[in-house]
Amino acid sequence: MWRYVLKRVLLALPVLLGVSVVVFVAIRLIPGDPAQIMAGQAATEEVVRQIRQSLGLDQPLPVQYLYFLRSVVRGDLGRSLFNGAPVVEELRQRFPRTVRLALASMVVASLIGIPAGILAATRHLSWLDTLVMLVALVGVSMPVFWLGLNLILVFSVRLQWLPAFGYETWRHLLLPSFTLGAASAAIVARMTRSSMLEVLGQDYIRTARAKGLAERVVVNRHALRNALIPVVTVLGLQLGTLLSGAVLTETVFAWPGIGRLLVDAVLARDYPIIQGATLLIAATFVALNLAVDLLYGLLDPRIRYE
Amino acid sequence: MSNAPRPSAVVAAAAVEPVGRVQGVVSTGALVWRRLRRSRSAMLGLGVLVVFATCGVLAPWIAPYDPYASDLENSLKPPSSRHWLGTDELGRDLLSRILYGARLSMVIGTIAVAIGVILGVPLGLLSGYLGGWFDLVVQRAIDVLLAFPSTVLAILLVTILGVGLVNVMIAVGIVSVPTYTRLVRGQVLSLKEQEFVHAARALGAGSLRIVFRHILPNTLAVLIVQTTLQVASAILSAAALGFLGLGVQQPTAEWGAMLSTARQHIQLAPHTLVFPGLAIMLTVLGFNLFGDGLRDALDPRLRV
Repeated sequence: MWRYVLKRVLLALPVLLGVSVVVFVAIRLIPGDPAQIMAGQAATEEVVRQIRQSLGLDQPLPVQYLYFLRSVVRGDLGRSLFNGAPVVEELRQRFPRTVRLALASMVVASLIGIPAGILAATRHLSWLDTLVMLVALVGVSMPVFWLGLNLILVFSVRLQWLPAFGYETWRHLLLPSFTLGAASAAIVARMTRSSMLEVLGQDYIRTARAKGLAERVVVNRHALRNALIPVVTVLGLQLGTLLSGAVLTETVFAWPGIGRLLVDAVLARDYPIIQGATLLIAATFVALNLAVDLLYGLLDPRIRYE
Repeated sequence: MSNAPRPSAVVAAAAVEPVGRVQGVVSTGALVWRRLRRSRSAMLGLGVLVVFATCGVLAPWIAPYDPYASDLENSLKPPSSRHWLGTDELGRDLLSRILYGARLSMVIGTIAVAIGVILGVPLGLLSGYLGGWFDLVVQRAIDVLLAFPSTVLAILLVTILGVGLVNVMIAVGIVSVPTYTRLVRGQVLSLKEQEFVHAARALGAGSLRIVFRHILPNTLAVLIVQTTLQVASAILSAAALGFLGLGVQQPTAEWGAMLSTARQHIQLAPHTLVFPGLAIMLTVLGFNLFGDGLRDALDPRLRV
């Protein structure tokens, strides 16, 4: 087991290195002189020269990459071109807000998705099943930002029940987390349903029913526990998707997280921020997927690692 | 090598038909269509797609107004008999803009996915068939691409390429490459050990011939299903970029970009927000419904 964990962690390292190469190359592929870009159009010749030197732009590209890697490992991601604040500081401030939003959305996705999936599976081929599946399909077909705007229209503009902007209280969290969690809820519902249907067809379920157990007991005690294993995996993987969706949701609700930071940075051509934010998001994504893989083994003792 | 075995049609037919119930001489296409016809949701999806595609193609003839003609006296008007879906902030007819938007979204979705197929499928075929260092390098590169959430990767690509219609299609296309490479590679790995491939090799067929003439045709069913679903997600991604201001730019009648401006008028003119979003949702839903139905029709074993 521990050997397997170690192996998987070591395998993630080259991916992270690859990510750093992509981000490094991406920023340098942007047309123009990187120093001039980093400094902004209004910068003086002196500032541009300084940046060029500090970035080691007079060096060959592989050497530049090593410099870049060294400063990343040291936790130095440069300064924002916009307000001069250290990028790391900006990320540290914003990242927890995105995590809070993503976790709340996951709660939404589980609270809606799992019961809906169970309901559909236990009433397989009924009108309820059809309805749940149709709503789920609509859920994955809807642009996440459009859902958010509609929720603002109904709950903030018309009914004035909930705030459309801000992030301080739980009330601010409701609309964004529902927006972000809706598509995941749909995916979780579909997964729960198909997993439940598979488990409900197994011999041990027939045995449980033959023993005369109440259907509720069969579903909750015998079927659900086994059916939830793949659902937990999907939920874990959804957390990564939620990070991706956060870019849009945060833009709609002006939620000051890392996704909004990235979009603003791209619009303002704040390259150090783009660099830092994409690195952090990708690293989190890789770490999450790895964690889900490892957790899978803990949840299902039937899975054995070589 | 005209006498090399071409078992693709036989195998494909066997793959869609449970063993022991082979249907004689009926072609695979006819079989699939017969199954599709029975699926109400697939037909609904197809219907929606046909409507939107027709609207897109006929937009210049059926749109009641010029989608770019502004009329500031009549800005942000709600739906009426003159403007069925109302007007936007510049007084442009919303229905006309949505019709032209259908054309654009279909084109973006199709071309983006074509880029994904053209790059991703050969990579997956060769990666799976050749194995060895080629496979290793390609798969690690795909791992790195998959390390970025799709929206973030698309944003990063647009940052490099710049905004605008063509670059959006390229960015969204590249984002779909890993999906195709992984999918095709998996198919190839299981197909290349099958007898008809061994037979082709024994008859002296070269690697390229085996990969493109024998293996590729057998992955088509899975590819077609994936492509239908992929167009749906490409349309969503392109609309998202448009909404963020990083995609197709104003004043082009693109659904995502339309929503981006509609957002500023959410209090005064909610209709400018509702209709373009509804158009995106219906189109994507159409592709998803049709794709799901197609999967069931091509491979009943996958049905839950």
